[in-house]
Parts: sequence; C-alpha cells; structure tokens
Amino acid sequence: METNILSILIFFPLLGILGMFIAYALKQSDIVFKYIALFATSVQLILTVWLYFNFDPSVVLSSDISINPVKFAVQVPWIENFNIQYFVGIDGLSAPLVFLTSLLMFICILASWNLSKHVFAYFALFLLLDTGMMGVFLSLDFFLFYIFWEVMLLPMYFLIGIWGGPERKYAAIKFFLYTLFGSVFLLLGMIALYFYSGIQSFNLIALISAAPSITGELWGFQIKYLIWIALFIGFAIKVPIFPFHTWLPLAHVEAPTSISVILAGVLLKMGIYGLLRISYPLLPGEVIAFSYTLAILAVINIIWGATNAIAQRDLKKMVAYSSISHMGYVLLGMAAVASTSPAGTQAGMNGAVMQMFNHGVITAMLFLLVGMLYDRAHHRWIVFPDDYEKPELAGELGFGGVSNKMPIYSGFVMIAFFAGLGLPGLSGFISEAFCFIGGFSIFTFLTVIGTLGILLNAVYFLRAYQRIFWGEESASTQELSEISVREIVILTPLLLLIVALGVYPSPLIDIIQPAVQGIIDTVQSVL
Amino acid sequence: MLMKRGAYEDKMENLLAYISVIFLIPLLSFLFQLIAPKSISSVMSYFSVALLFLSTILSSMCVYAFYNNSSWTFADWGIYGGLKLIEIPWVTMPDFHIGFGMNFDKLAVVMLFVVNLISFLVHLYSIDYMKGDKRYSRYFAYLGLFTFSMNGIVLSNNLFFTFIFWELVGFSSYLLIGFWYEKNSAGDAANKAFLVNRVGDIGMFLGIMLLFVNAGTFSYNAIQYAGIDNTIMTICGLLIFMGAVGKSAQFPLHVWLPDAMEGPTPVSALIHAATMVAAGVYLSLRIFPFLTLEALHVIALVGAITAIVASFIATSQYDIKKILAYSTVSQLGFMVCSIGVGAYFAAFFHLITHAMFKACLFLCSGSVIQAMHHSQDELHDHSKDPQDIRNMGGLRSKMPITFFAMLISTMSLCGFPLFSGFLSKDSIVAGTIAYYESFHGLTFIIPLFIILSAGLTAFYMFRLMFLVFFGESREGSINSHIKESSFYITAPIILLALLSFAFIFTFPNFNPLDSHGWFYNMLSIATPYQTLGYDMYQIESGIHHAHYSAIVLSITVAFIGFLLAFLKYYLKRDILSLSSNTIYINLKNLFRNKFYIDEAYEYFIVTPFLRLSKTVSIIDWDYYDQHFIDFWGWFTIKLSKISAVLDHSLLDQFIVDGFARLTNRSGKELQSSQNGVLQSYLFSGVLGLIVLLIIIQQLG
Repeated sequence: METNILSILIFFPLLGILGMFIAYALKQSDIVFKYIALFATSVQLILTVWLYFNFDPSVVLSSDISINPVKFAVQVPWIENFNIQYFVGIDGLSAPLVFLTSLLMFICILASWNLSKHVFAYFALFLLLDTGMMGVFLSLDFFLFYIFWEVMLLPMYFLIGIWGGPERKYAAIKFFLYTLFGSVFLLLGMIALYFYSGIQSFNLIALISAAPSITGELWGFQIKYLIWIALFIGFAIKVPIFPFHTWLPLAHVEAPTSISVILAGVLLKMGIYGLLRISYPLLPGEVIAFSYTLAILAVINIIWGATNAIAQRDLKKMVAYSSISHMGYVLLGMAAVASTSPAGTQAGMNGAVMQMFNHGVITAMLFLLVGMLYDRAHHRWIVFPDDYEKPELAGELGFGGVSNKMPIYSGFVMIAFFAGLGLPGLSGFISEAFCFIGGFSIFTFLTVIGTLGILLNAVYFLRAYQRIFWGEESASTQELSEISVREIVILTPLLLLIVALGVYPSPLIDIIQPAVQGIIDTVQSVL
Repeated sequence: MLMKRGAYEDKMENLLAYISVIFLIPLLSFLFQLIAPKSISSVMSYFSVALLFLSTILSSMCVYAFYNNSSWTFADWGIYGGLKLIEIPWVTMPDFHIGFGMNFDKLAVVMLFVVNLISFLVHLYSIDYMKGDKRYSRYFAYLGLFTFSMNGIVLSNNLFFTFIFWELVGFSSYLLIGFWYEKNSAGDAANKAFLVNRVGDIGMFLGIMLLFVNAGTFSYNAIQYAGIDNTIMTICGLLIFMGAVGKSAQFPLHVWLPDAMEGPTPVSALIHAATMVAAGVYLSLRIFPFLTLEALHVIALVGAITAIVASFIATSQYDIKKILAYSTVSQLGFMVCSIGVGAYFAAFFHLITHAMFKACLFLCSGSVIQAMHHSQDELHDHSKDPQDIRNMGGLRSKMPITFFAMLISTMSLCGFPLFSGFLSKDSIVAGTIAYYESFHGLTFIIPLFIILSAGLTAFYMFRLMFLVFFGESREGSINSHIKESSFYITAPIILLALLSFAFIFTFPNFNPLDSHGWFYNMLSIATPYQTLGYDMYQIESGIHHAHYSAIVLSITVAFIGFLLAFLKYYLKRDILSLSSNTIYINLKNLFRNKFYIDEAYEYFIVTPFLRLSKTVSIIDWDYYDQHFIDFWGWFTIKLSKISAVLDHSLLDQFIVDGFARLTNRSGKELQSSQNGVLQSYLFSGVLGLIVLLIIIQQLG
C-alpha cells in the first residue's frame, strides 16, 4: 500500500463516487451519500496526515532525480506512442498543498452537511473535484497534470452553476470560459515544450534537464520566451494575476460556501503551484528576465485588490478581493528568486510557498465564516451609514452588535480577520513578512509601494469588523443565533493551524525549505 | 577567579529563569481568563492580580540583582561572548535565520519592573473599577495579553521579534480601546489607533528590512558594528523611528492617542500613559547606538514639535482624560526630543518617572470619573458628561485621598523640586540647552519649544486642578453625592503618588535638586558610549555645564505657568483682559480644535481615498469586467453567430446543398451520358482515377 499511496490519494474519491452510485442504485436516502463522501475524504485526510510525516522532505523534484528513486513516486508508461507516463510524486512543495486540499475537502463536506438540493450530484461532483485537485498537485508528467487540470474544471462549473447564488449561471459560464481560455495557452505551451525540448516527453523531471537546450524562433520571438508567456497566461488566470482577475470576485461570491472555500483555498494555489513546479525549473532564464514584470504585477495585485476590497459592501466580495491582494504577496515573494542576496531569495521563495498554504487556511476560514453568517441572516451587507441619504435608517438594513449575539462566532471572525491583515502571532504575518523581505532585497522601490498593502488590508478588515460586530444591536442582528457545535468543529482545525503556525512556523518551513531551495538553485543556475 | 566565574554564571542563570517566568506570567493570565467560565470571573480577577504581583516581585529582584552588579552591561550579554543568550531558533533556512532571544540589561530589567508594577496596580484598581462589567474576565484577559506583549518588546534581542510584539501591543491596545464597543466612538477610536499605528509600523518594517538587507542581521547588538553607509543608516534609523512616532504618538501621528481615551480609564493609565506609548521611546533608546547625527536632529525636532503642539492643545480641552492624553503626548515629545539631543539617561529617567506620575494622574481621574458616575447613578440623571471638568469643582474636600495623590503627581509632572518629574525634566532641559550650545544657529528652537511647553504644562495642569478640586461646585447636586473611592482604587493611587517623590529615585541622596542616587548610579553606566551619532562624552559634559541654567529655567517657567493658572482659574482674574482679544480667541479656538489636524487628515487623506477606492471598484467591475472582458464574450457570440450564418447559408445551403443541386442537375444532364456505351463509362472511370491520383500525389 505504501508504494501506491499517492495513487490511492488521487483515486480514492472516485471509489467514493462508485459507492455513491451503488447506494443510488439501492435507492438509499440522501444522508448515505453524505456519509460516503465524508468517509472518502476522511480516509484521504488520514492518509495525507500520515504522508505528511512520512514522506522525505529532502527530495528535490526540481532537479534530476533519475539516479535516486524517490519515496512514494510511481512512474509507469501510460500512452506509450506519445511517451506519456503516469508519473506521480511528492516533495516539500506539493506536500503542504496536498494536506491543505484533503483538510479543506473534509471540512467542506462537513460544511455542506445541511444541503438538500440534488445531494447525490453535489457530493459526487465534489469528490470528482477532489480527484482533480489531488492529481494536479501530485502529477510529475505534464500531460497527466493537464488532464487533472481539466478534470477539475467540469465539476466546478456544475457546482457553481447549480448550487450557487442568484447569478450562478453567469458566474459559472464566466469561470469556465475564462479558465478554459487559460487552458488553451497551457496546452500550447505544453505541446511546444514537447516538440522543442528534443526529447519528446512530458516528464517534468526529464524536461528540466532538456529544457535549457531549447532553441529556436517563432514569428521573430525566442520560442522559450513564447512558451513562458503561454504557460504564464495559463497559470496567471488561475492565480489570478491582474488583469486576469475579474472572474474571481464573481465566482467566489456566487459559489456556495464550500465551493468558495475550495476556490480560494485550493484552486488559486494551483496557478502558483504550476508556476513553481513547471515554469520556474523549466525556464529559469525567462523567470529571471520576467521577474521585474512579475514584481510589478505583484504590487498591482496587492494594491488593486485591497483598494477594491475597501469599496465592497458585500462581505463575501470583500473577502474575495482580499484574496487577490494576498496572492500579490505570493507573487512578490516569487519574484525574489532573481535576488542576488541568498537570504532575500530564501525568505521570498519560502515566504511565497508558506503564504500559499497560510492563505489557503485563512481564506478558507473567512469564507466559512461568511457562509455561517449568511445562513443565519440571508444577507451579508456591510452597512456604512455614510453611504445613505438618511444615515439613521441604515442600521435597520445591516448588522451591528453581532458580538453580543454571537460571542464565539465573533471571536473566530476576529482571529480570521486579524490573520488576514497580518497580525504577528497568526500565520499570515510570517509569510507576508518573508515575501516582503524577499521582494525588498531586489525590488526595493516596488516593495515599498507594496507595503502599503499592510495598511490597506487592515482598513477593510477593521471597518467591516466594526460595522458588523460592534456598535448597537441592529434589527437584523436580533434573530441571529450562536454557531453550532458542528460549525465550531469545522472552524477549530483551521484556527489551530493559524495560531500554531503563527507562533512557531518551523514545522511548515522545514518541510518546504529543501524543495524550495531546489527550485532556487535550478533557477539561479543561469545567473 | 574560576569560583567567582561560576557564581556569576549561576546568578545569571537564576535571573534567566526569573525573567522567563516574568515573561510568561501575563500570558498565563491571558489564557486562564479566556477559558475561565463566567461564574468564577471575580475569583479569576484576584488570580490575575496575584500572578502580576508575583511577576512584579520577581522583576524587582532582577532589578536588585542588576543594581548589585553594576559591571553587568549590555556587552556581557551581547556578541562579546560571555554568557550565552538563550536564543530559540524560530525560522531556519540555509542563509536566513530568525531566533527568539531575550536580551536583558539594566535598561530592560528596570523597564520590565515598571511595566509589571504598573500593570499589577492597574489590575488591582480594575477589580473595583470594572466591577459589574459584562465582559469582566475578557477585560483581564486583554490586560494580560497586553502585559505579555509589552514584556516581549522589552526583552526581545532582535528587531524582528520587537516588531512582532510591537504589533501585538497595538492589537491589545485596539481591543482595550474598543472594549466598550457598543459605543460607535469607541469602535472608531480603536480602528483609528490601529491604523495610525500601522502607518508607523510600515515605516518601521521597511527600516528593519533595509537594515537586514544591508547588515544581514536583525540583532540589536550586531547592527551597530555592521559598518553600513551613513546615508543608509540615517534612512534606516528614521524609518525605524517612524514606528516610535506611531506608537509614542509623536507629531504628526499623535492623533490616535487622545481618541484612545474611549477605553476604560485604567487602560488609559497602563497603556496610553505609562507603558505602551513609552515603547516607542524604549525602542529609540535601543536603536540609539546606531542612529546617525542626521537622524538624531530629525528626532529632536519631531520631539520638540510634539511637545509644544500637544501642550498648546492641552490648555484648552475640557475633557479631563483628553487633557491628560495631550499631556502624555507632550511628555513623550520631551522624551523623544531628549533622545534626539543625546540625553540618553534623561530620556529613560523621564520615561520611568512619567510612567509613575502619569499612571497616578490617570488613575486619579478614573477615581473622579467613577465618583461622578456613581453620583449621577444615585440621581438617576446622566445628562451631564462625567468627564467634563466644567461639571466638576470643589471635589477637594469630598475626595481627599484622590486630591492629594493628584496634587503630588501634578507637581511631579510640572517639574517642581522635591518631585521626581523635576529631576528628569531638568535633565532633558539641560540636554536641549547643551544641544543648542554645540550646534548653535536654528537649533535654538529645540530648547525654546521644550522650555515653553514645560511652562505650559504647569499652566494646563493647574488649570485642571483648580477647576476640578477647588472653587465652588458648578453642579451642586452631583457634588453632594460624590464619595471617595474604595480601597482597590485608592491603594494604587497612594502607592504611585509616593513613587512620584524625588527621593525614591535619589536615595540615599536627599538633595531635591540633585539627581544623583541609586538610579543614576545604576543606569548612567548603561549609556552606550560607542554610537554612530554623538560623542557621548562631549554630550555628558555639555549637559553637566548646562545643568544650573536648566534648573533655574525650568523652575521659573513652571512657576510662571502655575501663577497664570492660579490667577486665571483660582482668582478668576482676566489677565491683561485677554478674553476679549480677538487674536487670543482665535488662538484658543485653534487649540481647542487641535490645530484642525484631524480634520485635515479627514479632508485630505481619508475621504479622497475612500472615494478613490469606490472609483477603483467601479472601474474594476463595471467598466473593465462588464465591458471589456465581457465584450470578448459578446464578440465571440457575435462571431459564432456570423459563422453560424456563414455555415448555414453559405457553406451548407449554398455550397453543400449547391453540390447536391449540382449533382441533381448534372445527374439529369448526365442522364444523357447513360448511353450504354461501355467506352464512355471506361473513359469516365479512368478520368476519375487520374484526378484521384493527382490529388493523392499532391497531398503526399
């Protein structure tokens, strides 16, 4: 079993779907589907926790590993005519994300426990999504990666389009087409790599050693640069990087709570993961050349996302825009790979990978919290009296004094908000700080502008907190009830992760650090 | 010698254990208060008080140990080897390390003692003051979190961890300012405090990064010897100082502190008077060795401007806590200015004395406010603001303990001889005079501002004293129900009032004009002599020379200030018939409206920015997304429609069906070729084959 654990991780949810079909055939009730989904994800969670402590973090998948067999890696031919392999493996870059995925999956199944609309389809699609995400993080063959990348899209489309908010159809089609648009570029880049690398392989490890010898021009451009651009667009849409970001607020807001959690917690990380797993080791020269542009985009993301978030009056939309801002920190840290200061590079790159994980946890918690409030009040407006012609009437519309009604809930929100605005002692701070330190060591001026994000991110979180939780109890606050035990159980693991990694980040850093160092070494080998 | 070394190490290790305990005690209090059930909250508050009492005792033992070993200096603990500091690795990468280390020297232990002492007294005071509050245990939890974070700032040996605790202090301050969050003003004040502090923190963080990039370390001890270029060092110093500007409420970021008075009064005493706001000064003292001359000039100027601006504002406020808040801002300006002019010891001395008498003043004001409140409770009339000094008056006989304590601490704040404030303020004045004497020229404004605001201090403080405690009561009914506060409230006040006497700090020297004594002996050695900025020996002799003129000047201005307040508010004389002078009235309006600084921020920064954010969001969504991005969707649909039209009408209907029609017609035409002649069939077949072969050849 140990040798196939990665395959089990990827395909176990499919078994769950099979089980659900059997249950469906046996005309079981809805609750059975829920238990099957819960079982599948909890098995997966247990396996990932075991894996997290047992995989070998010193493995560096971004260099040639053909000499030493890697623990847990599986490499078998799949479509031999085209040299496509079923090749999966795990290292410090993917391990935290695999863990994050299975944790969030498990939590989201619990969070959608009260769902009553098309239960079978919902949980089946959910598990299919799970397979897609696991596959993306574990694939080491570009073709396989691409397959999983696309597999993810379909369930997402239906999950938003059927179970979403009032504008779900528009949001779903927009999400689908936008992402598909990116996939086209990804496909082009992949095929170009296949043909130009000279080895006619999709094996990402083999491509690392083959890619530097890619030469050639197309329409007057270096082919390598075109490949970089194609892959970058493909990944940038997922991140999302300005100006490809506008699908995000819509999709996040319209999606049901659990899907927003997965979107923000896992899907956004795939873009970054793709860049780090594929673009960085394969095209180091282009990465270095592009790093300045990347830093500019990072700063735009930070400032633009935060400024937009300040203007939002829908709490969920605010959180969605805050994600854009926070992904900017990741990009800034990633741009630091070009830094000549080893300390700066390490801080930036490790900070970026940490921020992926930490943001995944924090933003998941934020979306869950927003969902809980929405379930109770059926709205999530942040009402600012100044927005109204008659400010004294504004209180009737919005929240106010929720802290008194829901003290436990508001405690969770406070921690999540302050983690989001980067309070030390909570996990967001340390990764953001490292991204800044990395960025500062090379793009000083841009980083100085970027640090404005520290202030702007605080502005919207604090304003929203005050409007919703403080002040006099408003009319719509009266009917709210404290969160249930199930909801506390859902939130607690995330809270513990936020606090634990904020107080002592080493367990995470020690795992990601060797893999990140491998990427740094590969990229900087061209300097 | 070996024996001695061993004993020395033992002692150090004991201290280390003590300090670790002191460091963690408030955290313990925080956690216990968080998880404790509501039913035992009153017992839990005594538990917290007991914990803080323990940490106060332990920290006084540390102070005593350091006092006895006057040779223990910064260097013993630093990079010179000696004893190994505890340093817990926190983040480890090949070329990037951060560890949490504790750095304790005399500065740290004295500061630790003051923080824990005042925190203990405030805990004690709060038992009564906060009684009946529905979030009673939450309050004590926040106090614990604050004290823990403050201990962290005091003990941290590197800038990164200082920054971490720095922000945590800001967070606990946010929680406590917004403690009564049902009031919108409290929420606004909390947000304002956090955000204004963040502005400073951004500067500080940039400074830390700049230092790190250049020096490769966050450690205080190592930075000084990193040999960085002077210009960069100046920028670093000023950026880190920005953090102090935020936290210590220096001009122009002072605006949050007066608003922070929305928090409970004991909190104002602990956080917004004695300790947290002094953290900026403490940080500046820590980074003093690597502040360059240029940076120090700026710091002196910022401090002096803060001192004068805040004391002008304080002269025309009516809220008792606001007056004290502006007084705090002004006194912090004194300290910062003192650092800027190189009077290192004076700045720290004033920090300590100020912590005592200002905490006392705030706790006294809390006692007054609570008495006013209770009196109004009894009258069932809450129409009058219990914090407005115009509603008070004649409280001297009603609240004798509060009155005497407040009088003592006021005398100390104003810098009258016999009181601790005199000694420290006099050293600062001497420092500014010495500064002018070594730089001349425009630098005269520094001593001018400082001396002037020293005079103003006496004026506004005695204005407050006369209006609150003397004269006739302006609200007779309220006055008649005023009672002296309980033991929990008066005990801390009495103790702090006693600590405001000069001999506490000069023991065993009883000369009220001479600051030499145990405190001086202990801490003057702690002054760093190797600095990037000043020649500290020269500074010290300069201060020594200016000493007597400083004594004369500061006593004179304090007396003038007192006299003016006495004339105007006790005897109610209209001095020079000023009250009808338009310039005077306009000035008074300017002061009362705090120089319109808040309004300027609101008008020039906050409102335009919020408007900008709205515009940005409209651009992002309504224009960029809905028009530009969706245009491509629309465009694709149009395109597909056109292609559908082409597909159907042209390709399908015209070409494909055209072929059909053609076939049809040609079939009819060709019927004639079905003539049964074999040659014609054969000919057609060969022709077709040739065409096919040509096509295949072309493709191949």
